[in-house]
Amino acid sequence: MESLLILHAAAALCAPWLTRLLGRDAFPLLALAPAAGFCYSLWVLASGVPEVSSSSWAPALGLSLSFRADEPGLLMMALVTGVGLLVMVYSSRYFPAGEAGLARFGGFMLAFAGAMLGLVMADDLFLLYVFWELTTVFSWLLIGYDPESRASRRAAMKALTLTTLGGLAMLAGFVVIGQAAGTYRLSAIVADPPRGGPVAAGLVLVLAGALAKSAIFPFSTWLPAAMAAPTPVSAYLHAAAMVKAGVYLLARLAPAFGDVPVWRAVAVPLGVLTMVLGGWRALRETDLKRLLAYGTVSQLGFLTILFGMGTRDAALAGVAMLLAHALFKAALFLVVGAVDHAAGTRDLNRLSGLWRSAPWLCAAAVLAGASMAGVPPLVGFVAKEAALESLLTWETFDTLALAGVVAGSALTVAYTLRFLWGAFGTKRGLRPSPAHRTPAAMFAPTALLSALGLALAPLAGVYDAAMSGYTGSFRDAGHGTHLALWTGAAVPLLLSLLIFAVGGLLFWARRPVARIGAALQFADSATLFWTVMRRLDLFAIQTTGIVQRGSVPDYLLITLASVAALGLFSFLYVTPPDLDLRIVAWQQPEQPFVVVLMVAAAALALAARAYVLLAVVTGLTGYGTALLFLAHGSPDLALTQFLAETLSLVVFALVLRRLPIEPVQARLRFPFRLAIGLVVGTVTAGAGMLAMEARQAEPVGGLMAGAAERAGAHNIVSALLLDIRAWDTLGESTVLVVLTLGVTSLVFLRRTSYTIERDEGGTARPPGRPHWLSSALPRGERALAFEVAARLTFHTVLVLSVYLLLVGHSLVGGGFAGGIVAGLAITVRYLAGGRYELAAAVPVHAGVLLGAGLTLSTGTALAGLLSSGAALTMLAADVTVPLLGTLHLSTGLLFDLGVYVTVIGMVQDVLRALGAELDRQIEKENAS
Amino acid sequence: MTIPLLPFAASGVLIATGVTLMLERSLVRLLAGVVMLGNGVNLLIVTSSGSPGSPPILGRFPQEGMADPLPQAMVLTAIVITLGVTAFLLAMVHRSWQLTGSDEVQDDTEDRRVRLRARAGELSEAVRRRQEEYRRLLAEERVQRPTEKEARRRLRLRRREALRLMRHAIRQERARQALALDPELEGDD
Repeated sequence: MESLLILHAAAALCAPWLTRLLGRDAFPLLALAPAAGFCYSLWVLASGVPEVSSSSWAPALGLSLSFRADEPGLLMMALVTGVGLLVMVYSSRYFPAGEAGLARFGGFMLAFAGAMLGLVMADDLFLLYVFWELTTVFSWLLIGYDPESRASRRAAMKALTLTTLGGLAMLAGFVVIGQAAGTYRLSAIVADPPRGGPVAAGLVLVLAGALAKSAIFPFSTWLPAAMAAPTPVSAYLHAAAMVKAGVYLLARLAPAFGDVPVWRAVAVPLGVLTMVLGGWRALRETDLKRLLAYGTVSQLGFLTILFGMGTRDAALAGVAMLLAHALFKAALFLVVGAVDHAAGTRDLNRLSGLWRSAPWLCAAAVLAGASMAGVPPLVGFVAKEAALESLLTWETFDTLALAGVVAGSALTVAYTLRFLWGAFGTKRGLRPSPAHRTPAAMFAPTALLSALGLALAPLAGVYDAAMSGYTGSFRDAGHGTHLALWTGAAVPLLLSLLIFAVGGLLFWARRPVARIGAALQFADSATLFWTVMRRLDLFAIQTTGIVQRGSVPDYLLITLASVAALGLFSFLYVTPPDLDLRIVAWQQPEQPFVVVLMVAAAALALAARAYVLLAVVTGLTGYGTALLFLAHGSPDLALTQFLAETLSLVVFALVLRRLPIEPVQARLRFPFRLAIGLVVGTVTAGAGMLAMEARQAEPVGGLMAGAAERAGAHNIVSALLLDIRAWDTLGESTVLVVLTLGVTSLVFLRRTSYTIERDEGGTARPPGRPHWLSSALPRGERALAFEVAARLTFHTVLVLSVYLLLVGHSLVGGGFAGGIVAGLAITVRYLAGGRYELAAAVPVHAGVLLGAGLTLSTGTALAGLLSSGAALTMLAADVTVPLLGTLHLSTGLLFDLGVYVTVIGMVQDVLRALGAELDRQIEKENAS
Repeated sequence: MTIPLLPFAASGVLIATGVTLMLERSLVRLLAGVVMLGNGVNLLIVTSSGSPGSPPILGRFPQEGMADPLPQAMVLTAIVITLGVTAFLLAMVHRSWQLTGSDEVQDDTEDRRVRLRARAGELSEAVRRRQEEYRRLLAEERVQRPTEKEARRRLRLRRREALRLMRHAIRQERARQALALDPELEGDD
């Protein structure tokens, strides 16, 4: 069965090329693919059902490519491929030679046929869904065949929107049912259907999908609009194939779920409503194609009633109706196409006397129409009689459905007569329409479909027997409804007579009926649909307007308010009642002093308007944090925080000299901002306290001591950074490099290459006098004591930084701390001596330092990968050195050296950009 | 586990101050807010990780009383990253000052346009004019508060007329939109 799908896919791919080569004559050739499918379904019929094939697709997800051809599946396969074949032949003459969209049309038609074939054969719910949505997509492409017409584009959009909406609901329903059943295999679910509350909900969702696809009220509006498509598309998609997909799904699930109350309660009333409303609306359409479309909606309602009843008898009538409807409705659509082709219009107010000029076409139409109206001895009659008989149980629900069916059938008779009269009758006051001859390739498929409606009627008993495998799978035994041309049952026959009489009467009074219909109409479904869509658009833009405000404070406000709301909510609703926090004011004696200092600094930060003051108090809170770290027992953190805070204070000062002194006024009022801040602060700190209290497991940090010992380190934090979480540290150095590149590119902008600026010949140095620094600031800006201090401390501090780097493994220190200390030494040189002094202090380009640092770190990682198979495995050796004793040497030190060099490079680069380059810009501005 | 109140209070104050500063429009104040918020969160992580203890250095301090080293290592990474981010944001402040002469956070113009469209409800100019007229009359009535019966009646009549005109314009606009939206109502395009 997969090979059939592949054949269709291949044919669809070849279609554009073939059509360009042969024009419209390529269509009969392309029809070979559905022809092969038709032959295959005949072969399966001869060899015995069911034919099963299954191959695994994604076994871990429980997905399989399983196909199964049982009785209803085989019926649909034969219809899809048979009608597809005939429609392709018909299309070869329907389109004028050399029409622009032919290549597209051929490809999409075959692709659709393949998808539809897959849909009816699929035995896996997800596979079914995939093919289901594929048919939706191809139908969208086919309805929008003429992309230049706004009507066809919008009709395509409407069909896509409604059927996809249903499809999504259906997918959710599939998941519910599949989970309840424990399998997604359709045949397994039907054999052993699950029951229970969720299943009922799932069924409603599946029904939504099926009803949307089959254009049942309230989803019916897309089908009449889809008549914007070319007529072969309508004949195939909107009569025989796609709209049947929903009904087919009902037929597949009816044996399993027909006795679930919600199944009947949803499907049958909607079916009745659709059948009656569709038929009523068809009585006042003047476009023949739209008239047929409303007729199709009505007939789909009929089919939904039959399968929605969930009984054996109704389902038997249903499968008969499925076949009959495909035959006569496809034929009638093809007739409309032929009439349009021959007379140039399909408006029944302009057509007249075609029965004379196109008698054979008229005969085919009358035959198909008689089948639609349920006239004996045609298949339509057989199906309708069986339907009437199956509903004759004298139970209230069934009788109400029967009344609906009788009313709908009477309307069917009326609109059939109106169609035949409208297309072929001679009208008073109208000249006979001129008609071209209908080509044989267009007439033959039409006639064949019509004739089959007559020829298959005597085989009703055989068909009944062939379907026994399907009808036997229903739980109820039924009351003996059979398919036959002459059942001899009196009541259905009387009802048929009533239907004909009322239908004839309605046709006779067609003008008043159309007027009454127009007067009674209170809502147009199309207007309703587009109004809903429009409201949806409006809602979307308004939501966007509220949420996407384009203002950073607003975004922050939304995010922070959500954080606060989430915290408050969980605190109020989730906190256990027996919460017992053991709170002490402080645990270390230095904590209260530091906290008082920090709170004061924070209050000052809120009050401060001048930027410099703000930077200083921010730094103060940072130092306070460092002291608290120290009190907690983390000297590494305290050291790094001290150093980092100092450095960032310097960078702040470097940038702030360029900015205005005070900020613009905030738009949000201060009390409001403070309130948000207090709530967020309270919630976050409270969450931290609760988290501390809720802790139950032993902290994993206790295990790190052993790991650090194995790594040969005494300082556990350092071991964590360099060995256990070395990936983190590597990533961190990379982030630092990237941020530094960001800084330089924001300041230097368009300069791609730059050298270190050196003093070009004694700018500020009077000759003959010794100086503390190699270059100096202009006279007014010099501070001699600072120069002396910078000169004297520079090398000492550098040695200190190397010491910090080396002892990192055993004492407080490490690459980061050492790097920042060295960076601070450089900073002092720069501050004392200006930008030329910076070049003198570090005669290497910052890029070289950054690159070298990263290379060292990465190289260590690679060395570990090469030597022991895992990246960042540190190699270690104990070496005995005379005088120093045993040294523990590890590549961890190299790694840390990389970090050290990277940090120095970063500091130098930031100074070069925000310091030296800004100096240069200021000098240039002052000079000009 | 015993919970020390003061360090938590300190981190809460830092976070509150940080958030208050972040909600301003000045980039420098926003940056100061980010730094403070970062410090507050770092402090929170370290404090809530467990009781204070001796530094986690083997061989120098007994292993039982050590502070948990794992959060320390994580926070150390965070501190260094904060330093880099501060430098980067300051460069951005400088660039913003170069371009606009201030360090104000600008709104996105595209988003603001969406907001205006949303507020207008995609109604046409005519409808908006009527709406404004009606609102103006309402405001006028509120301000004037005429004492004589006759003047009150006249104002009320004018307001009703404006309301009627506005509703009519909205209805017309909706009908026009429906017509433009649905080709089935105006035939095949």
